[in-house]
Amino acid sequence: MNAMASLVLLPLLGAFIAFLIPRYGRHIGILSALLILFATLSLAQQISTDGPLRMAVGGWQAPLGIALYVDGLTALLLCLTTTVGLGVSLYALGYFGEGATGEARKKHALSGWWPLWLLLWAALNALFLAADVFNLYVTLELLGLAAVGLVALEAQAVVAATRYLLVGLLGSMLYLLGVGLLYALYGTVDMSGLASNMRAEPAAWVAMALMSGGLLLKAALFPLHFWLPPAHANAPAPVSAVLSALVVKAAFYALLRLWLGPFEPLAPALAGQLIGFLGACAIIWGSLQALMAPRLKLVVAYSTVAQIGYLFLWFPLADSPTGGAIAWYGVVWLALSHGLAKAGLFLAAGNILHASGHDRVTDLAGVGQHLPVTLFAVGLSCASIMGLPPSGGFVGKWLLLNAAFVSGQWWWAVVLLVGGVMAAAYSFRVLLHAFRNKESQHPHHIPHPIMEWSALALAVGAILLGVLSAQPLELLEVGASMGKLALSEAP
Amino acid sequence: MSQYLWYALVGTGLFSIGLLGLILHRHLLRRMLALNVMSTGVFMIFVALANRNSALPDPVPLAMVLTGLVVSVSATALGLVLIEKVQRQHGTPVLPEDDA
Amino acid sequence: MVIERYRPFTVMVAVVVVTVSTLLLVWAIGSLPPESPGLSAQVSANLINSGVQAEVTAVLLNFRGYDTLLEVSVLLTALLGVWYLGPFHITSDTPVRGLVMDNMVRFLTPVMILVTGYVLWLGSHAAGGAFQAGALLAGAGVLVQVVRPEWLALRDSRTFRGLLIAGPAVFVLVAAGMMLLSGSMLEYPREHAGSLILLIEAASTLSIAAILTMLFTGGRPHPGAGN
Repeated sequence: MNAMASLVLLPLLGAFIAFLIPRYGRHIGILSALLILFATLSLAQQISTDGPLRMAVGGWQAPLGIALYVDGLTALLLCLTTTVGLGVSLYALGYFGEGATGEARKKHALSGWWPLWLLLWAALNALFLAADVFNLYVTLELLGLAAVGLVALEAQAVVAATRYLLVGLLGSMLYLLGVGLLYALYGTVDMSGLASNMRAEPAAWVAMALMSGGLLLKAALFPLHFWLPPAHANAPAPVSAVLSALVVKAAFYALLRLWLGPFEPLAPALAGQLIGFLGACAIIWGSLQALMAPRLKLVVAYSTVAQIGYLFLWFPLADSPTGGAIAWYGVVWLALSHGLAKAGLFLAAGNILHASGHDRVTDLAGVGQHLPVTLFAVGLSCASIMGLPPSGGFVGKWLLLNAAFVSGQWWWAVVLLVGGVMAAAYSFRVLLHAFRNKESQHPHHIPHPIMEWSALALAVGAILLGVLSAQPLELLEVGASMGKLALSEAP
Repeated sequence: MSQYLWYALVGTGLFSIGLLGLILHRHLLRRMLALNVMSTGVFMIFVALANRNSALPDPVPLAMVLTGLVVSVSATALGLVLIEKVQRQHGTPVLPEDDA
Repeated sequence: MVIERYRPFTVMVAVVVVTVSTLLLVWAIGSLPPESPGLSAQVSANLINSGVQAEVTAVLLNFRGYDTLLEVSVLLTALLGVWYLGPFHITSDTPVRGLVMDNMVRFLTPVMILVTGYVLWLGSHAAGGAFQAGALLAGAGVLVQVVRPEWLALRDSRTFRGLLIAGPAVFVLVAAGMMLLSGSMLEYPREHAGSLILLIEAASTLSIAAILTMLFTGGRPHPGAGN
């Protein structure tokens, strides 16, 4: 119980103190990260022994009060958030440090990072813990505003931040209207309350459409992805990492919770296929744009658009009784691996931008010479994104392929394979340029070692997720959100 | 038509007008205003539906509307400052891809 | 001068989309049961245990207090976004002057402060509370900032920053305190519920007022003492 509350209260308090005493912003940030790590691990430990946890905030049971809920899925996403959060916080020590040069040089933007980042972290934790659809709305808003504030720290990203804000607000409005309709129907906003009362009636259908639409907008599913590449590409590097790795996943998680819980009896098979189709378009279109993008951060941002598409392949596959569970594990694996890999990749891209003053893909020569650790991080991250064994990305894609065949929906397998080839294409494009050696031209600034090593650590994490898959798998089964995976079916 | 239904339909109308304005307008300030009209519509629907009670109105949706209002104000404030910055940077309060 | 150009195709698509969604909404709303008490019975039943006598305040600060905690943080987050975008432009060189404005400020400001206190206190047994009071006080703040900014002398100082975070911080500290004392976040002990709620609301009123005034000025103030 305390762990759950701490996950939200700690970063909030940290943010307030970091704003009050900016000189100690870094210390408070790292301290908060460590305390959150401790809370996350103890929570994960708790649920693996005791099963899923449900907490009534303020002692008031739903539907009057607000409930928080932790099962395996929540715990894994909290672990992802903590891992990426720790990595990004360490990276930020170097990026926003005393001798920092590069993008966010202005003193005031520098001190803006810590309070806003801690607020974002609080929002993420609160979102993953939420079991109440209105509470989810408030956490989505906190998340969105903190994210926009962070993107806007970079002067060049003002336009992208404005677009992000407008799109985010539209999504929130649609979602909120859906919440209103659900409450008007069933007199509760608690997810389990809604799940037991849900009937197929007009207002419920409309609520489902509204809430899904709003969340799809926030999760950047094709064709609602247009706001993502400029926002993720122009933000400061640690912000981009957090946005791609965690913030879009949060919207996807919310959608997942809704479709697994309250909307489960309503979801028509056709909607699943449509969403899967859009996911396939995202994969193809995103990868194509990544292949053609002139700047490294833009390549990485479009790669996020493509990788999000993979996650949405769960929707059509979930209907199948045999393939559904396998798809579930695959998608969760992909979400986790992508989070780690993409964060590492954006941090590495930040290093390159920092060192050379630009991130044009064609002029990346020399990175291998001067920033070998960073280049290794790029390589490992790309390996996971491509789906090379033994990375976490490979495990996820393998499971999805499996699910596609088992459920008879073989066309998704084609999409997966094409996507894999295209991911390899844009990854190699970047790597080939980066591996070339340049005649000795000193880069402008070698980034602080912590910036290189935190990027590498996250990338290694993505690979480890494929190798050490037993424990996370066990954790995921807590709460059995989608049936237990018989071990004979797992690779 | 019962009273609550009338207000709920007005709220729906506001929501739709706001949505239309958000999609069609290019000027960022008008888009921001359109979003505000939309949110007013949503809140109106909430309050209208809360008044379906013959006795006191249901306090929970009313509390939700209060929360939503504060969130809306916060977001609008941030949006306005961002729009001002866009105007300063680009000389026109329109997002670049709309300025065709 | 932005001239709105409406391409016929876009307009048609937009009108179709919006019309369809409107019809669906009307269909949905029309199908709702005309009588529905919602949670009002539960709220009334638990009101005596909540520490206040007004239903909406009880929901906001007690039953669903966690939402309010997050929402006050949202307000602060928006301010931080604005804060780090740049300094504000209203300077004391160009305040609005004139007979009407000067007298209005001198008369209204103390009245508004009084009414703020009243509305804050009122919230425990009728419509009122921290947000309404905070908004009123912010109105006074905006008025003063526009006409007599030297009265406020907004400066980026530790004290001022402390004022901005006071409300959210008190809320979080009370939540954490309850967690440490009784094991459940935001669970007020019954006898003290009213006082705790008043404490949270008072701190929040000040913070909300300061935050809204700063949001109006649209940027961070100039550095001041203690920074």
